[in-house]
Amino acid sequence: QASADANRPFAGLSDVSISEDIPVEGDISVPVGPSARRDDEFSTLDEPVKETVLRDLRAVGKKFVHVLYPKRSTALLRDWDLWGPLLLCVTLALLLQGGAADSDYQGGPQFAEVFVIVWFGSIIITINSKLLGGTISFFQSLCVLGYCILPLTVAMAVCRIVLVAGSGSVSFAVRLVVVTASFGWSTFASTAFLADSQPANRKALVVYPVFLFYFVIGWMVLTFSPSQ
Amino acid sequence: MASTNDPFQFQEFEEAGNLLEANRNATTISIEDDDIIPEKQRQAAGFSPDDEDALASDDKTELLSGLKKSVPFWTFEYYQRLFDVETHHVKERIIGSVLPWPGKNFIHVYLRKTPDLYGPFWICTTLVFAIAISGNISNFLVHLGKPNYKYTPEFQKVTIAATAIFSYAWLVPLALWGFLLWRNNKIINLVSYSFMEIVCVYGYSLAIYIPAVVLWILPYEWLRWCTIVVALCLSGSVLVMTFWPAVREDHPKVIIAIMSAIVVLNVLLAVGCKTYFFSKPQALPADKSAAIEVTKAPSTT
Repeated sequence: QASADANRPFAGLSDVSISEDIPVEGDISVPVGPSARRDDEFSTLDEPVKETVLRDLRAVGKKFVHVLYPKRSTALLRDWDLWGPLLLCVTLALLLQGGAADSDYQGGPQFAEVFVIVWFGSIIITINSKLLGGTISFFQSLCVLGYCILPLTVAMAVCRIVLVAGSGSVSFAVRLVVVTASFGWSTFASTAFLADSQPANRKALVVYPVFLFYFVIGWMVLTFSPSQ
Repeated sequence: MASTNDPFQFQEFEEAGNLLEANRNATTISIEDDDIIPEKQRQAAGFSPDDEDALASDDKTELLSGLKKSVPFWTFEYYQRLFDVETHHVKERIIGSVLPWPGKNFIHVYLRKTPDLYGPFWICTTLVFAIAISGNISNFLVHLGKPNYKYTPEFQKVTIAATAIFSYAWLVPLALWGFLLWRNNKIINLVSYSFMEIVCVYGYSLAIYIPAVVLWILPYEWLRWCTIVVALCLSGSVLVMTFWPAVREDHPKVIIAIMSAIVVLNVLLAVGCKTYFFSKPQALPADKSAAIEVTKAPSTT
């Protein structure tokens, strides 16, 4: 008898019984109380429009600060947005207008040419870095490249102001220094964000197209000649 | 310890252990699991170690080349494979195209069956912008100080330069590849190049023009012609040395036709760019269209 019992597994559990003085009851409903308030926290449909616009503007502004003081942080990468690059591209293209008003002579690129160079160039650089095995996503890369145009846009504004004062060789020297400094700043800022996503033996292969991109934009900024 | 009655006895290891003991100097490949099965089958069939070595190396090379199985060209992975280079590879290839050495075939020495698209694409793009910017600067320097000259950045020249350079770097290799394929049907050739390898050679052979174009900023005609001749010699010799083994066994007329076509197209590209983008130091005409007419017809050379 004992061996038969030992052979059967789980032999000792067949005589478990629930004692009657332990209550088997309770409340299994989910507390409904503050759910109405919680819905308000997540839904942004009811907030005033000013609040929505200000929130996006604050995000864009925070990223501008990140570009101006580039540290190896992931804030730009994590929450990418393309509002900033669009704003910068439109500003740059508008500042590059108003060149020589003659129909034959072009003082600067057309509005559409600036757009094409900036966006098409960013897309090609992004595809290049993804083909080389980069871990950054497509829109994150577009976001970084677009935001790092900020120093060059600032340089364009400075150049326009300097050109109002005069367009001799002194103003050219000043513009050259400003554009060179901002070109270096742009390249340095974008490589600070992009370099971590590439394997070490290909970093130069990814940095060179970025260098070429900002060089061409810097060239457009420097050679802008105003109407006389 | 091993009780064969017990159905749970793990028997695989014993089998392998016995086999290895019987054949101590058997070559064993431990790359992937796929290798082990043909290995075991060969040992079961009882081959001698010598045959086994040859078979193992044959299988290994076949498996290794089979690892690079062809991926259709509409997938991203196909293009990723074409960008599978490292910084020092690109540097070596550029140096190899700029300093050709007789006997060192570019494709055999540097590409070694791994052509890349990174070099050709970015060298062409750099050359396009270098030509446009240098042409602009040289125009500015030539006309500096003239009273009625108005500086313009001439952005439309970028598109013209891009069309010229990219069609040279892509259409000429396409034509050459098609022609070599057609000749291969008639004459058995030991050497045949894939389309990507030809594109790669053409792309890297344009690398010497980048410093040449920057030197053309200085408005001295003798300097420009010197640099053009040097650049033509270097890039032409890279191309000729690369394609010589592919046409060597052909009819002499065909060899001369192909080689001269390669050289002539190269010369046309270089001289055409120099003539169109870099104006000669001469009097500034009244309006811009006349300037383009004059630079296009260099009768006053």
